[in-house]
Amino acid sequence: MGTSPFVLPFAALEVGQHLYWQIGNLRIHGQVFMTSWILIGALLTLVVVGTKKMERDPRGLQNLLEFLWDYIRDLARTQIGEKVYRDWMPFIGTLFLFIFVSNWGGALIPWKLIELPSGELGAPTADINTTVALALLVSLSYFYAGLSNKGLRYFEYYVHPTPIMLPFKIVEDFTKPLSLSFRLFGNILADELVVAVLVFLVPLVLPVPVMFLGLFTSAIQALIFATLAAYYIGEAVEEHH
Amino acid sequence: MTSLLLFGASEGGLFDFDATLPLMAAQVVLLTFILNALFFKPVGRVVEERENYVATTRLDAKKRLQEVEILENDLKNQLKEARRAAQKIISEAEEDSEKLYKEALALATSEANASRENARNEINSQRESALKQLKSDSDKLGDLIVQRLMSAK
Repeated sequence: MGTSPFVLPFAALEVGQHLYWQIGNLRIHGQVFMTSWILIGALLTLVVVGTKKMERDPRGLQNLLEFLWDYIRDLARTQIGEKVYRDWMPFIGTLFLFIFVSNWGGALIPWKLIELPSGELGAPTADINTTVALALLVSLSYFYAGLSNKGLRYFEYYVHPTPIMLPFKIVEDFTKPLSLSFRLFGNILADELVVAVLVFLVPLVLPVPVMFLGLFTSAIQALIFATLAAYYIGEAVEEHH
Repeated sequence: MTSLLLFGASEGGLFDFDATLPLMAAQVVLLTFILNALFFKPVGRVVEERENYVATTRLDAKKRLQEVEILENDLKNQLKEARRAAQKIISEAEEDSEKLYKEALALATSEANASRENARNEINSQRESALKQLKSDSDKLGDLIVQRLMSAK
């Protein structure tokens, strides 16, 4: 980039730099955990305050929480099915809430005001580790859901409707977490980069519509991730006849 | 400053996998259990309780509505019956009064006829007796005149 005299101090781009924390001989990305803890803390505060005094006639925060609960239940019920959706609703809901809070928190909170020695704070979902972790959890869950519901009959799914499907189904087991993680990671990172580049180039007005678009994308990505996770679990527990 | 360390960098990079991944996974699993205990279970309980309450209340209301409808129908039938009965009574009374009127009229007419007949009869008989009287009187008078004339001769 060179050293342009117009580069503003808060509009610098840092991609792929991390704040490393050393735990034993493990290294972790500190900025991801810092933001995720703050956002999880906010989420838990909301939940604890909202469920403190629940009544049959909801008021205040209880309305919001019940709306969320209803939304997640509908999502889980339509994708997983009436029979086992209850078991998986907390997982799907946590995925949705965590990703949603991470995406929006990353976009709405002015993290860049906090200076870190290395890397910068942002959405936890803009780090590939987070999205791969979530995607692998989804993979584990649908395997667990299938095996615990149908036992070894779960593997009938691989040769359903014909054994020709076997290689495709096996490949699917790898592409599912891959696409899940990269979709989320790519969207959130791209959004952050687009906003950062636009702010870097034109620090006024122009980035605002892109920021709104980013909020929209963030919400949609959370919904897509949760819906697909529920769909995979639903596919695994579905009974073939 | 704007270092785009993408692939294969020894330090950092966009695809820098390390212990963040399993720790984040563990954190999300933990969050799932915490949210289940703090959010999904309590809210679910409240929502399902309300759904049950609404369902039972609705059922109750439906039952009551049915009862009301039955009662309403009953009342309607009763009203109809009463109306019909009243109509019948009115028409009966009208018929009765008509009959009574006719009877009274007939009676009065026949009475009037009878008394007229009586009167006529009486008049006739009186006239006849008067004529008879008159005749006998005139006969007597004639005889007397004749006697007087005869005796005067």
